[in-house]
Amino acid sequence: MNLLDRKLVFVTGKGGVGKTAVTAALGLLAAERGKRTLVCEVDSKGNLADFFETGPTSFEERELQPNLWAMSMDTEASLKQYLQLQLKLGLVARIGPLARMFDFVATAAPGVKEIVTVGKLCWEVRERHYDLVVVDAAPTGHIVGQLAAPQAINGLIQVGPVRQQTGWMLDILGNPRTTGVAIVTTAEEMPVNETIELQGRLQAETNVDLAAVIVNRVLPELFGRGEEEVFERLWDPEVSSLLEDEIGGSVEPLLEGARMAVTLRRTRAEHLERLRDGIEAGVPMLYLPYLFARSHGLRSTRQLAEALSAELGF
Amino acid sequence: MAARTKPEAEPTSLESLLAAKEIAVFCGSGGVGKTTTAAAAAAMAAVKLGGKVLVLTVDPAKRLANALGLQGFGNEEMRVPVSAFKAAGQPHPRGELWAAMLDTKQSWDNLVRRHAPDPATAARILENPLYQNISGRFVQSHEYIAMERLYELHSEGNFDLIVVDTPPTRNALDFIEAPERMAEFFSSRLLRLLIVPYRSRVVNLASRPFYQVADRILGSQFLQDIAEFFILFQTMYAGFVQRSQAVARLLRDNRTTFVVVTTLEAAPAHEAEYFIDVLTAKKFHLDALVLNKVLPSYFNDEAAATRAMLLTDRAPELAAKVAGVTGDDSAQVERVLAEVGESFCNFGVVAQREASQRAVLSAAPAVVASVPYFETDIYDLDGLLRLGEKFWT
Repeated sequence: MNLLDRKLVFVTGKGGVGKTAVTAALGLLAAERGKRTLVCEVDSKGNLADFFETGPTSFEERELQPNLWAMSMDTEASLKQYLQLQLKLGLVARIGPLARMFDFVATAAPGVKEIVTVGKLCWEVRERHYDLVVVDAAPTGHIVGQLAAPQAINGLIQVGPVRQQTGWMLDILGNPRTTGVAIVTTAEEMPVNETIELQGRLQAETNVDLAAVIVNRVLPELFGRGEEEVFERLWDPEVSSLLEDEIGGSVEPLLEGARMAVTLRRTRAEHLERLRDGIEAGVPMLYLPYLFARSHGLRSTRQLAEALSAELGF
Repeated sequence: MAARTKPEAEPTSLESLLAAKEIAVFCGSGGVGKTTTAAAAAAMAAVKLGGKVLVLTVDPAKRLANALGLQGFGNEEMRVPVSAFKAAGQPHPRGELWAAMLDTKQSWDNLVRRHAPDPATAARILENPLYQNISGRFVQSHEYIAMERLYELHSEGNFDLIVVDTPPTRNALDFIEAPERMAEFFSSRLLRLLIVPYRSRVVNLASRPFYQVADRILGSQFLQDIAEFFILFQTMYAGFVQRSQAVARLLRDNRTTFVVVTTLEAAPAHEAEYFIDVLTAKKFHLDALVLNKVLPSYFNDEAAATRAMLLTDRAPELAAKVAGVTGDDSAQVERVLAEVGESFCNFGVVAQREASQRAVLSAAPAVVASVPYFETDIYDLDGLLRLGEKFWT
């Protein structure tokens, strides 16, 4: 099943692997393929907006371009909306201490902030406001807490409307045709470890399907079969001096640079191998190139979206 | 709060900085190599400065943990054996290197045992389901406990220098505020408000709507669970608040220094910028910046970039000449030359961006050190020391 045919995709990954960039690219691609798409960043201090270059996002969804909407999660605002829409507690939601109480309970009781977050996302799916909701979710260390919140709350709260609410959330999260997790990683030691570990935890502690593993920043392969030997012979003094005469200066930094690129890719290939071995057959693996870009803005989001498009078979 | 006393001479290297401090807190966003950098700094301090040096690490890669002798979980400090130094070509380190991994759950349990009025109360708290949830999952608890553990280790006085690797946080600043927030949390009026009805049956009229809403949303059983937990926790209140205030003071103490670690990629660098600003504004002792995974400086050489372009543009003609010498297939040589040139230009683009990023970041801290891109992973003491050599002086 194609990643973009689901309704709710949580994008996670270890810090620093480009999770937000990939989320933005997924959203852009879906929107351009005609899906009404909402991109939501869960971390209100995140930098999703930088990847669209549209100014800050807020809890109010905003249309960035045709079919593409963006918002950032605000648990307090989400709770207010929830109280109004689900519990018909509109008036009460406006009283001052509510915010403080929420902050307090949320600090004390694990899962409350998470469920308000996941609840809002599931609600958007249930109400069919969008064809696809792409979430820039918590990083690998915290995503399970987020996705398992409905179960956790079910365990803690025995009665009341909150408990009733968790039922339909679990249905949405647990349906692989609707919901999936995409783990973004790079071919480096810790990101690969965390990706494999997360696969296990998703199975053990949540009912959410692993929809894809996205390997970001794959370095280009400089030399094909036999070409590496050709490259090594360029270091020969006779060849080097020939080249230096022609290009007017030392060729050494150029060769050093290429050697670095080759070694870098080789080290990463080992981790990639480990990743392939560790991820279950049947989970699609998508590869996105390292972008040698001046900056990370809409232009590189577009480049990533194009690469994703090819990887998804469009 | 002690005002910052300007040292006689600003430190000029990590070596002179760490020689004068008792605690070095390494911070930065996830994925920048913070754990490795902190471990490398501690290893260098043990070798070059002497004394007992401890690296308190949070989530090391398995191979690195093994290299530091941290096979199992647990809070115990372990000494890195001299044989490991021998294997790394340093048979006579001047000092000792110790390592400890943070075990959040165990640290919380220890904290409860220390502050509970009696063993029975401690046992009740440890058994409380809410406590079990909190100590394991409550995100901020991780940050707090890291600082708490640091305080404990420091006050035990067994080490000359403690190097701390901070937990990965969504907001990399959370941990410096965690002790203050924890103190606030346990002294909050709201907490007392919440607990009152379960202590006495008299509910203040003004707070009644509050309970009605809370009841309706969460169910009274859940509220009662929370209240019970806090009633138990309140027995530890005084000790706890005092303790977290002491932790907060230690972080601002002159003997503590902050080292920001970042790569020059856009997102981490941006976060480091913010981090430097806040640490400076809040008067923490931010003294050093470590730029990690910096591309070799030759990528910034414009003349070299021009030559790289020539290599690509004139690849066919140059290939013919090279093939004449090496006897290789000229088409193959052509492809190799073109790739070498193009790859150089590609990395050159990144290096240019990083250079400007570096200029922005380097303005504030006294010590700025760069660590080159290591082509291979670092997973043993030898690797740590090789890395450390790059930023030490």
